Amino acid sequence: MLSNQEIVEELAAHFGDKVLGFEEPHGLLTFTTYPDTIIPLLQFIKESDRLRFKFLTDITGVHYPDAQGKEFCAVYHVHSFENGIRIRIKVYLPKEDPSIPTAVSIHAGANWMERETFDFYGIIFTGHPNLKRILNMDDMDYHPMRKEYPLEDATREDKIDALFGR
Amino acid sequence: MSDEIKHLENLSNALTVNQPIQEEQELTTLNLGPTHPATHGIFQNILQMDGDKIVSGEQTVGYIHRAFEKIAERRPFYQITTLTDRMNYCSSPINNFGWHLTVEKLLNIEVPKRAQYIRVIMMELARISDHLICNSILGVDTGAYSGFLYVFQEREKIYEVYEEVCGARLTTNMGRVGGMERDLSPTALAKIKDIVYNTLPKAMAEFERLMNRNRIFIDRTVNVGSITAERAMEYGFTGPNLRAAGVDYDVRVMEPYSSYEDFDFEIPVGHNGDTYDRYMVRNAEIWESLKIIKQALENLPEGPYYANEDHYYLPPKKEVYRSMEALIYHFKIIMGEIEAPIGEVYQAVEGGNGEVGYYLISDGGRSPYRLHFRRPSFIYYQAYPEMCKGLTISDAVAIMSSLNVIAGELDA
Repeated sequence: MLSNQEIVEELAAHFGDKVLGFEEPHGLLTFTTYPDTIIPLLQFIKESDRLRFKFLTDITGVHYPDAQGKEFCAVYHVHSFENGIRIRIKVYLPKEDPSIPTAVSIHAGANWMERETFDFYGIIFTGHPNLKRILNMDDMDYHPMRKEYPLEDATREDKIDALFGR
Repeated sequence: MSDEIKHLENLSNALTVNQPIQEEQELTTLNLGPTHPATHGIFQNILQMDGDKIVSGEQTVGYIHRAFEKIAERRPFYQITTLTDRMNYCSSPINNFGWHLTVEKLLNIEVPKRAQYIRVIMMELARISDHLICNSILGVDTGAYSGFLYVFQEREKIYEVYEEVCGARLTTNMGRVGGMERDLSPTALAKIKDIVYNTLPKAMAEFERLMNRNRIFIDRTVNVGSITAERAMEYGFTGPNLRAAGVDYDVRVMEPYSSYEDFDFEIPVGHNGDTYDRYMVRNAEIWESLKIIKQALENLPEGPYYANEDHYYLPPKKEVYRSMEALIYHFKIIMGEIEAPIGEVYQAVEGGNGEVGYYLISDGGRSPYRLHFRRPSFIYYQAYPEMCKGLTISDAVAIMSSLNVIAGELDA
């Protein structure tokens, strides 16, 4: 069985300072990497005999409008069935150029996950075979999960945020 | 112009010298769906057909997209439960408890054993009803109607149990963060026992006798829509569809939640990953679920059915009327004024179709900063055109049935 510490050592040996910010929220190893490292990293952890992270569980996005130069975050959950362990990889992207290479060549299932992330956050997956909207309609001209689109009607005066929830 | 002449020549040859019409390689575009009775939901597939063989296809999804992830960003945690049961509506309790487990992980709540066991019973009943629907509808799609009617009676009984336990049938909103909202009533227990020990095994045995060795059913399903284990893993398959391809991955065993480690059961796996294997794996899982429920009923612990967490679990109504403290907590919880700690959680449960994942980021507010649902149907449905390649429309319908793609889960 593999421990989080061993994974950290293995990754640090191969990627040096390209992998950073290791933490373990609720026991799940989480770290950050850069857009140009993510594909070699996914490839390495998939093919490494020791790590065997062969299963891509999920790709999703997060929007942090206040973080300068790190407005968008692509989150990858990867799973190693043989070792029974998961890791979470984060890549922060600036709002001027929210683009990251596609993982479709490594995990075929990344196709729709990336399309969904593009649809809701506008994160561009360069090299994707068919990067178009998936759940929203094609002629929509914005990315609805971004924080600048509030859920409630902004003109309503009867709902005061300070009193009701957020 | 020359094309037209060639076509006319072809036609005239066919009429005069009885030659077959020689057409150029031309593909027909066929719309399967969005509202086709055989797809059991709103799915559109634009298929390219060569004669009656499918060459390629493209799925359009999102017809019933309801923006759950966006809505969740403005709701208090307990109100998000009602969003989750609208995803896989064939096994809503699993989704409900998956969400409760996620919040409990974030809040570090330890749920009492009795509540965990009740949850296991309800989740396994939900799994059974999910698999019953999938397998019996597969029968209907391949021409065997009566099996469907036999097992749907049993599904109805399971829905009666839901009604007894939480008051609703389809969109259950079962349980609460911190436990169950009420204990299992004697009526509910009696109904569950009747299903598990009495009626369901009989109906299942009858259903299996009708289908498993049925010549027509075997001809329609064996080697139809097979997928290799490697390909299934690349496509992110989970649940019965992955196990049918031969990978024994089950969240209940790999990362036990809600006391699944206490139960003794097997993970059935298939060989080819074809429609028949998927059907057989689901059938075998129904028997395993029955085994789990029997064990849970026999060892059902005594004790409270909710955690003693005043901040998150609604106090009993009796106390709300009598004690000041309970009234305050009741008000705060109902008005959504409970703040969750800062944290990041991924919780997976084994849903009817595979790994249902909840990725929750909390910034310390009253609702999630970000909530993402990993929906198994959405991820494995992308392999559908590849699985249909070279087969006929009737096979494509059987494959879609056996994959158990649920429109609500697909579109969130």
